[in-house]
Amino acid sequence: MRNPEQIFAILFQLTQLLLVVLAAPLLTGWVNQCQAWLQNRSGAGVLQPYRVLHKLFHKDALIADNASWLFRITPYIVFGCMWLAAAIIPIIAVDLPFSRAADVIALVGVFALARMFIALAAMDIGTSFGSMGARREMLVSFLAEPALLMVLFTSSLISHSTQLTHIVETFAHYKFILYPSLAFASVAFVMILLAENARIPVDNPSTHLELTMIHEAMILEYSARHLALIEWAASLKLFAYISIGIALFLPHGIIGVGNWAGLPLAVGLLLGKLMLAGAGLALLEAMMAKMRIFRAPEFLGTAFLLAVLGLLIHFLLGA
Amino acid sequence: MNSIHPNLHLTPLATAIPAWQGEVKAGDLQMICHKVAEGGGRLVALWARDLRESGFMLHVLLLNGKGLLCLNLPLSRDLLHYPDISRIFPAANRMQRAVFDLLGIRAHPAEDQRSWLRHAAWSADSFPLRKDFDEAASRSPLLNPLPPRAPLSNSLPQAGERTNEKGNLESLVEGANVCSPAESGTQTHDDYPFVRVEGQGVHEIAVGPVHAGIIEPGHFRFSVVGEKVLRLEERLGYTHKGVEKRFESLSLQQGAKLAGRVSGDSTVAYAWAYAMAAENIANVAPPDRALWLRALFLERERIANHLGDLGYLGNDVAFSFGFAQFWILKEQVLRNNATLFGHRYLMDAIIPGGVTAGLDEAGKQTLLAECAMLEREVRLLRSLYEEHAGVQDRFIGTGRVTPKLAAKLGLCGLAGRASSQCWDLRAQFASAPYGMLDVKMATHQNGDVAARVSVRFDELFESIRLQREIMANLIGGEDLAHPMTELPANGFGIGMVEGWRGEVMVAIHTDGKGGLDRVHPHDPSWQNWPVLEHAIMGNIVPDFPLINKSFNLSYSGHDL
Repeated sequence: MRNPEQIFAILFQLTQLLLVVLAAPLLTGWVNQCQAWLQNRSGAGVLQPYRVLHKLFHKDALIADNASWLFRITPYIVFGCMWLAAAIIPIIAVDLPFSRAADVIALVGVFALARMFIALAAMDIGTSFGSMGARREMLVSFLAEPALLMVLFTSSLISHSTQLTHIVETFAHYKFILYPSLAFASVAFVMILLAENARIPVDNPSTHLELTMIHEAMILEYSARHLALIEWAASLKLFAYISIGIALFLPHGIIGVGNWAGLPLAVGLLLGKLMLAGAGLALLEAMMAKMRIFRAPEFLGTAFLLAVLGLLIHFLLGA
Repeated sequence: MNSIHPNLHLTPLATAIPAWQGEVKAGDLQMICHKVAEGGGRLVALWARDLRESGFMLHVLLLNGKGLLCLNLPLSRDLLHYPDISRIFPAANRMQRAVFDLLGIRAHPAEDQRSWLRHAAWSADSFPLRKDFDEAASRSPLLNPLPPRAPLSNSLPQAGERTNEKGNLESLVEGANVCSPAESGTQTHDDYPFVRVEGQGVHEIAVGPVHAGIIEPGHFRFSVVGEKVLRLEERLGYTHKGVEKRFESLSLQQGAKLAGRVSGDSTVAYAWAYAMAAENIANVAPPDRALWLRALFLERERIANHLGDLGYLGNDVAFSFGFAQFWILKEQVLRNNATLFGHRYLMDAIIPGGVTAGLDEAGKQTLLAECAMLEREVRLLRSLYEEHAGVQDRFIGTGRVTPKLAAKLGLCGLAGRASSQCWDLRAQFASAPYGMLDVKMATHQNGDVAARVSVRFDELFESIRLQREIMANLIGGEDLAHPMTELPANGFGIGMVEGWRGEVMVAIHTDGKGGLDRVHPHDPSWQNWPVLEHAIMGNIVPDFPLINKSFNLSYSGHDL
């Protein structure tokens, strides 16, 4: 038998794996519920995404006659990528076994892999909406990715590591310091989060207008379990992004592996932060209208600029 | 009016709006239309009817500053042509094509001879509105009685199997009387020649008739470069259900019900126009109280639809807050309709001769409270829309129709008023009770989405004011209707009402026994759908839903 610390680490990792995959739809439900409240509606309740998933998993899948293997495997790849991404981010505890597998650059790569497959699958069936959505998605993402990397580099410069675990340890476990560079990075990160998760003002996750869609246009042909996996993956992605945000900018409360005593507090804090972030997201979305698609480059250009400013400020002030 | 053309002799029509009719010869039609167009007139509707032995009669309804002008052009059975007027009134193009699809009389020499309302539901050589139309025999052989997945070659009847196939067809007809072209399964049956745009990087986006949301069916073919729209071509007719044919077998009262269902969102306007036409033929005047109530219903319909549209316009730019607020208000209006008048959308509230629902003192108080609430809330929401940078950025300059283009294409109704086309029946030809209300017409010159939003807001406030004034004038009493049972023989009446979308027209012709011989309901969408094709040009694809919603045209009212 190996030393107990490693067993604890694996247990912690398993807990996190299960927690993210089960709790991700809850976060989506919470955001939707907050939006409903902000609009004077009663809303469908925080459990609605689970009901939708349940419904979708019990339907028969319809697949276009001309769909290739690419179209069929994409939901599994996308779901796998998002689950992996959510698993390697320190959500409750740092130094998890999986977190060694990928640093922040690889994390961006995992997101890119999922995006590539979903765009290819959208074009695979050959509908005009699929390719329209795919090309819009690429327009948004090729601008969002470098901006995201810049944000992550800013944190890496402070902590001298691209490992998320080290970044979180630096921010959470040393003495409390305000980093001006991170202020810029955090604003940029929120803008990237909106764009990458198909939220208002870049995309509208609840629209039924096929001509305006970005993300939804790519998945129009999916049904039943495939659609369920993609929806679930979208929830996981939002969860992962908010978790990255928490890890980078609000990491206080994330514990070290094996600290069982600190676990309840860590989970409670995480819950509070997620609820706050979800409500904030809903508020942001409620106040904004969707931009014309050609404003998206300006929007993401601003995000990139802010991220670079953060980086420069780090060099200027050394903080 | 009589000075338009030396060969045109006009007789006044007994309608609530000043109107004249006159018989014209084929050779004079274009000249007369040209004259009216030059004088600032426009085309309202174009329809025809089958007179059996004596041939066909084509009716062209024009409107100018003085009133309505109905030109009647008789056509003999051996020459089923009439002069094309779509060069003078571009809006006539689709109406002429529809007349051919339904009656087999052709505009000549029109450039565009493609079918419009006929998809594949009936064969090309049968015409539903002719009196000798046999539904079962004319059912298109392309309508596939086999399971829809069967390959095309199996579905076409072979020479030897024809009787068998026919039996199949008839059994199908019994089972389901209405079979829309969409149900025929294979689109190859119905190849509609869309206009192709050629060039490097040009490609097509085909949208509909099945959409991602629950909306009415229509097909839109975009030719685009990247996101920029070079051309849009519409294909409508998916909700053709044979309304005009159905009228022929209905009584006056049943007809009123059907008229109220031509386009559900304009049920009051249609029911009133139908009642007005019938009352004109029979020379019956409804009680004063009924007229005031009709105006009240019409304004409530306008309020409900404008509220709904303003909400949708917010939703289309992903400003869901506005959407939810406007729909809460609309729901309140609809609920008040249900409790006070018995139907959320006021269906069957207007009948020939009067109305079916009255309003008591308690009801008045409810509506006055509703008026105050609406005025307060809408004022707040208007400032919210107008001060929201994101919303205004999407609205302003989008889908612009210049006044010049609007005049040329005959844009009418609400969309027309947003492009400086100052036509509002309530203000210009104020029939009772609008004559006593002094309606203020809301207009705008910009012709973009923002202008159409602004006109909607202005009309909403005006309708609230009118609703208050109508209630102040509404006298008590039980006298709701002068019941009408039958119409005189060989009558012709026109009813025209300013619905929320634009002017709704219903023409009724009665036969030798006073039954409904031909009823033609006309929706303003006929004029405005073609303009939408121009409004989107040069805009980007994702702005189309917003532009489309800012017009919010009827599919059902157009496809009939």
